[in-house]
Amino acid sequence: MSIAWYLVVSALIFCIGAGGVLVRRNPLVILLCLELMLNAANLALIAFARMHGNADGQIFALIVMVVAACEVTVGLGLIVAIFRRRLPIDVDELRELQG
Amino acid sequence: MSTTTWAWLVLLFPLLGTLVNGLGYRRLGRGAAGAIGTAAIGLAFVCALGALFSLQGHDAEHRALVSSLWDYAVTGEVDAKLSILVDPLSVYMMLVVTGVSTLIHLYSVSYMKGDRGYARYFAYLNFFVFSMLVLVLGGNFLMLIVGWAFVGAASYLLISFWYRRGTATRAGIKAFVINVVGDVGLVLGTFFVLRHSGTLDFLGTFRAVEGGAFAGHHGALVAGCLLILVGAFAKSAQIPLHTWLPDAMEGPTPVSSLIHAATMVTAGVYLIARLHPLFEAAPAAADTAAVVGCVTLLIAGTIALTQTDIKRVIAYSTMSQIGYMIMAVGAGGYVAGLFHLMTHAFFKALLFMAAGSIIGAMAGAQSLDKMSGFRKAMPFTFGCFVVGGLALSGVPPFSGFFSKDEILAFVGNRGGWFVALYVVGYVGAFLTAVYTWRMIFRAFWGEPCAEARELEHGHLAHAEVPTNPADGEVEDTDVGFPGPEHTIAERALPMKVAMTLLAIGATVAGLVQIPNVDHVITSFLEPTFADSKYIHDEPSNSLTYFGMALGTVLALMGIALAHRIWVAKPGSAAAWRARFKPAYTLFVNKWFFDEAIDLLVVRPFAAFGNFSRRTFERVVVEGTLVDGTTSVVRAGSAAVRAIQTGFLRYYAALLLLGGAAVVLYFLIAAS
Repeated sequence: MSIAWYLVVSALIFCIGAGGVLVRRNPLVILLCLELMLNAANLALIAFARMHGNADGQIFALIVMVVAACEVTVGLGLIVAIFRRRLPIDVDELRELQG
Repeated sequence: MSTTTWAWLVLLFPLLGTLVNGLGYRRLGRGAAGAIGTAAIGLAFVCALGALFSLQGHDAEHRALVSSLWDYAVTGEVDAKLSILVDPLSVYMMLVVTGVSTLIHLYSVSYMKGDRGYARYFAYLNFFVFSMLVLVLGGNFLMLIVGWAFVGAASYLLISFWYRRGTATRAGIKAFVINVVGDVGLVLGTFFVLRHSGTLDFLGTFRAVEGGAFAGHHGALVAGCLLILVGAFAKSAQIPLHTWLPDAMEGPTPVSSLIHAATMVTAGVYLIARLHPLFEAAPAAADTAAVVGCVTLLIAGTIALTQTDIKRVIAYSTMSQIGYMIMAVGAGGYVAGLFHLMTHAFFKALLFMAAGSIIGAMAGAQSLDKMSGFRKAMPFTFGCFVVGGLALSGVPPFSGFFSKDEILAFVGNRGGWFVALYVVGYVGAFLTAVYTWRMIFRAFWGEPCAEARELEHGHLAHAEVPTNPADGEVEDTDVGFPGPEHTIAERALPMKVAMTLLAIGATVAGLVQIPNVDHVITSFLEPTFADSKYIHDEPSNSLTYFGMALGTVLALMGIALAHRIWVAKPGSAAAWRARFKPAYTLFVNKWFFDEAIDLLVVRPFAAFGNFSRRTFERVVVEGTLVDGTTSVVRAGSAAVRAIQTGFLRYYAALLLLGGAAVVLYFLIAAS
């Protein structure tokens, strides 16, 4: 099977994730979309690893998963903190960093 | 001990006194502060005597000793060292300064007793003596300038000693500003000299002048000497930089006695005498000094005739007497000028002390209009005042007679246009006798005033409400104002001792140098002035004796005139005032110097400053530089700030687009 199919699937998942990050307003959904983007990258990495026949890509995918886990922890922590302070769970409302 | 070690000790003791009194003024008791201050100066005097005897042990040719403790900066062009020069001139000045200072410290112990700032006062006074000793002992221009600036600072601190009196603080600022004008002159003059001599050291400079360092640069030497004269005139209150001295009388009376009569104001005389090789190489500058001194002695004498504040009369008298000294050293009569410096220190300090005693009896009032008839109430003060007055007006055999006569004989002997100075000097001598005895007759003769009558019954007058004698403002007697109690010499032993010793000095000090009899001062100072071209100028016997006779006659005539106006025919002063109305107006307004300086210097500078503030400052500095810079930054930040919307999706899109752009770039670049 050609590697192209794997990459097409990976690109599709990445675009779905990116589109979700850009258009959704719920931070929980944005985090999920981020996960999609990361896993799209993982898919591409593993596909390339199989193509080249060595383990570098696989190892890299594992590291991405570790980073993703950390990111999810921090992100969920933030969301819980926002919820506890009874702030709106809506990224468009949370824009105090405006210049 | 070597001579220079003695001299270093002379510097050390007043410095220690300053530090102890200045740092410990909260903990020291009143007695301790006064005792430490007086003892420090007394020890300095003892060490000065040690230096004198040690110096006399050297050969006459080797009596200029230099000692250096520390090199500040020694390079090819500058040799700045912490060095002192001990020679007959500096030892002479050291003796006068420490001797008179000891007595004045002693006097202050009683005089300032009621004041809350007692320890502070002694710290300042010791600091002044230390600075003055640095000035006279300094072995190079740098030390001279340091001492010069220090005495100016000490003078400021002591004039403004009663710092809650508006008149005193204003007078202090005025004195400081005018003295800084002089400091600038001195520093610039030093630069002119240093440029061609290549050394800051006094002896080195003199050798350079002798060796022809200024051969092609005579103009620089004259300019340097004239600038140095600006410094000397400002410090010695010579016209036109004299207006601070009468105002300086706002300070406590012992301060007027020490700083503004006996020592600091004579620094200009010392300066010219110290730098005499420069001034002899630049006769134009020396002649300027002589003429200015002569003009000052006349103008100050006329002003003193009309003033009513007793301290101001003595202040103008001081200006006038320093005019004699400056005239003497300008004309080359260094020994005569320095001799007068010493006798003047004695009798003028004495006069101020006696005036302080009268002011004490008047509960702080200083106007001659209010005083009269103190003769019986204050016999001791009266005696001292008369001794001082006789010495000041030059009646033989009191000290002022010999010293003033020596100056005038020397100036007369120079011949040429110096004869004009000679004549003016005698006119001044006549004025001196009149204004001195006017003061004495008004304060001590006549019907006793209320305070005098009270004192005759044994009560010292006490002001119901303390007021400022200058403007009548009501004051409390807390710190920053004069204390509630006043002291008179009759009731305070330290004051009595100090005044008695000075009275003895004022009487007999002239006897050390009687023409054709003895010449102690001349032979002592000769090693310093051996290179002077005037050292062997001896006035002829006929000129000397004529001058002595003329001086005596003029002094007695002056006293007689004063007696006639203010005692024999009371009230005739008003008739004189009416008859010489224009002259009186001129004199009583101090020749309008304050107004002229205000018009010519202060107002133009103030107008220029205001113009700059309103125009240059507003338009160029504020409008363009400050506001211009901020508006550029503000516009830039406003542009950058527009990107920061705060929308998360916006940042995410930017990131994505940026990443995509980078990837695209590499793709295109790779293909």
